Amino acid sequence: MAVLNVNGKSVQANADPRTPLLWVLRDTLGMTGTKYGCGIAQCGSCTVHIDGVAARSCQVPLSAVSSGKKVVTIEGLAQNGKLNKIQEAWLANDVPQCGYCQSGMIMAATALLAAKPNPTDADIDAAMTNICRCGTYQQVREAIHAAAKA
Amino acid sequence: MTIQTSLASTALGRRGFLVSGTAVAGGFSLGFTFPHAPAQAAEAKEINAWVVIKPDDTVVIRIARSEMGQGTLTGLAQLVAEELECDWSKVTTEYPTPGENIRRNRVWKNFSTGGSRGIRESQQYVREGGAIAREMLVAAAAAEWKVPAAECSAANSVVKHSSGKTMTYGQLAAAAARLEPPKEVKLKDPKDWKVAGQPLKRLDTLPKLTGEMIYGIDVRLPNMLTAAVKASPVIGGKLKSFDAARVEKMPGVKTVVAVDGNAVAVIADTYWNAKLALDKLPVEWDFGKLAEVQQDDITAMLKDGLGASEAFVGNKAGDAKAAIDGAAKKVEATYSFPWQHHVTMEPMNATVLYTPDKCEVWCGTQNGEAALAAAAEAAGLPVAKCEVYKQMLGTGFGRRGRADYVRQAVLIAKQMPGVPVKMVWSREEDMTHGQYHPTTMCKLTGGLDKDGNLVGLHVRISGQSILAALLPQNLQNGMDPVQFQGFAASGPEAAYGYNVPNLLVDHAMRNPHVTPGFWRGVNTNQNAVYMECFMDELAEAAGQDPLAFRMKMLKPKYAAVLKAACDKAGYGKPLPAGHFHGIAQIMGYGSYVAGVSEVSVSPDGVLKVHKITAATDCGHVVNPAQIERQVAGSFVYGLSAAFYGEITIKDGAVEQTNFDSYNVMRIDEMPKVETVLVPSGGFWGGVGEPTIAVAAPSVLNAIYKATGKRVRELPLMHQELKKGA
Repeated sequence: MAVLNVNGKSVQANADPRTPLLWVLRDTLGMTGTKYGCGIAQCGSCTVHIDGVAARSCQVPLSAVSSGKKVVTIEGLAQNGKLNKIQEAWLANDVPQCGYCQSGMIMAATALLAAKPNPTDADIDAAMTNICRCGTYQQVREAIHAAAKA
Repeated sequence: MTIQTSLASTALGRRGFLVSGTAVAGGFSLGFTFPHAPAQAAEAKEINAWVVIKPDDTVVIRIARSEMGQGTLTGLAQLVAEELECDWSKVTTEYPTPGENIRRNRVWKNFSTGGSRGIRESQQYVREGGAIAREMLVAAAAAEWKVPAAECSAANSVVKHSSGKTMTYGQLAAAAARLEPPKEVKLKDPKDWKVAGQPLKRLDTLPKLTGEMIYGIDVRLPNMLTAAVKASPVIGGKLKSFDAARVEKMPGVKTVVAVDGNAVAVIADTYWNAKLALDKLPVEWDFGKLAEVQQDDITAMLKDGLGASEAFVGNKAGDAKAAIDGAAKKVEATYSFPWQHHVTMEPMNATVLYTPDKCEVWCGTQNGEAALAAAAEAAGLPVAKCEVYKQMLGTGFGRRGRADYVRQAVLIAKQMPGVPVKMVWSREEDMTHGQYHPTTMCKLTGGLDKDGNLVGLHVRISGQSILAALLPQNLQNGMDPVQFQGFAASGPEAAYGYNVPNLLVDHAMRNPHVTPGFWRGVNTNQNAVYMECFMDELAEAAGQDPLAFRMKMLKPKYAAVLKAACDKAGYGKPLPAGHFHGIAQIMGYGSYVAGVSEVSVSPDGVLKVHKITAATDCGHVVNPAQIERQVAGSFVYGLSAAFYGEITIKDGAVEQTNFDSYNVMRIDEMPKVETVLVPSGGFWGGVGEPTIAVAAPSVLNAIYKATGKRVRELPLMHQELKKGA
């Protein structure tokens, strides 16, 4: 039984320590906002924050986060019902189409803005390597710039 | 049956419960009910099949088509709301289930969501649904006030009498629901629209920002198990045997089952445990002769068709061969287009609860009724004892119009009666068991007279037919009419735009063993590459500008759209040094579209698509903001294919397995897309697909201008664009 800190809460997860965090979140803890897209850290749908840094949870074993590291998922971004800046910008810019990749997009963008409050287009290109098959990239870029100005 | 709530820890968690509650009985899938609570059967009043109104004035609009990102949920709701005269801020939506549709004599008509048909083929009856409900609400108010209905008017969810009296829709709903619906209603002229035609935001965004939207893969049922599945890696191969004893004692594993004679599944407590065991499971397959099929065999098969004497004729005018033979100048080129994979962001999955007298399925599907039929067949139960609860789709692109994955999930769950089983395909399983965009080759021969006019054109397509594999009953004397999308002689769907006096478009059908499928845009994709790139070759041979050359031959609506795109892009005006424009146009899915791509190619061969200007005439515009997003997304989809998309076959199996071997466009490669809407009215065209077709040819035509290289084979990643190479 591993103990994790997820979205500021201590939770227990009964899973093999080698299990990818993605599947611990989805299947063991029932937090399905973090998505499976490829399982090989290519698509970014499973992006979460580990101690504030964006990480692809399909490649992070449970054992790597069960020692007090702070895991934040898409479900933990809004505080007391208030969306964060990126989520607000996503809402204002009507970014998602199907939305499946957007949890990962929003996690990556939130981490980007935390590291670089005023990202350039080149910063966005470098940080936002998530795949969106609907092709929301133009709205993603606009929303990140809007959030930076907000 | 209820679905467990997620552990969403935000204060928005209550909404998560609503979204998770998509399993509610009564024939409705309470999917996208934000920002309002779902309709409660006791208090919500169904005015008619399309409109339910609650006492608090919430309007629930029923949507039969599936939402997969294309915005149909919002657009269809706008059309109903426009006629209903309701307050848009109070609108929410829900899906009727396919089973309920059958029980109610298909009152919601077609559930199938493909071919960019959602709005254009249901606009008439959903608008009528809204108008009928409005008339019933007005009649209810008139009866209450004992005044003629003609003295009452409806607006913003309120009925008002000329005396000034008012009642809200919520107050009137119960009485209205008891009235006979009017037999005839008059629909608004689109020029009077207030809700439809506006760039309204989507209705389903908020839960997609908080992790609370439930996709098929997110469904959770009490005591649910998860299945990981592996089908024969060689398409068409059979399962021979497997050694379950080797994995049955692994953590979480419940059982190992054979599926449909061609696959094996491990059922475990979690996906990861199921996958680990499946990876370790020894399996023997019977591939037969299919294991000898190589990509070169398929290329040879297609090449053979280019010169074959027998071919289906899709469009014919005059005598193309004689005109070409007698032409002053002859131009010839051969193009090819490889298999593409849909790569839906969410891999195939379905959750099934089977008992000997009931089979329920939770899944994302573009065709709820096909999913229901597949479930019934696989379960061996009558359709009336089966149900499908549609979930949000993590994209579909045509892939989820098929029900192969539903059949597989039911066959797995059937082996554990009473236990809900969620089947999830790994990305690798998904990539290697797709329904691939068909592969074709095309030889084009054109004849120009001494003045550079195109007097004869022969387009010979060789390759795979989708209908022959999936819907053979729709073939016409063996011919696949869908093969000629964009080349059709006439019709409202995908007619050829050029006036060419002598024309022959024919198809030598060559069907490899790889399953083809409807891939967003379908056959417009390669047909536009063939025609529009060859048009540039003809223009060059004629010594004319590609735009001017096209304009001489294009029919009015096609010409207007191409001109609109070129005007906006500044075609013919100076560009930054090293930048070049390429153009393309097509009619597809009832709409006229054109694109102008601005590209540069560096001396060492690095291609950059800087900007694309795209024009669309879809007749009527229901939501310009969502059309812009569909157009921009179409270029991501079309250029992903043009840059990287290629499925190849080795030893009968698909070689690509994941995004590392099947790359797609990311944000750094996305050009700026500017959308120009030029609706000419009088018809309804689709927007989810047509623009994809102009992505590749407009870029290829610009690459020629930049490099002098005609790229006739895709994907571009195999092409050397370096100077002098």
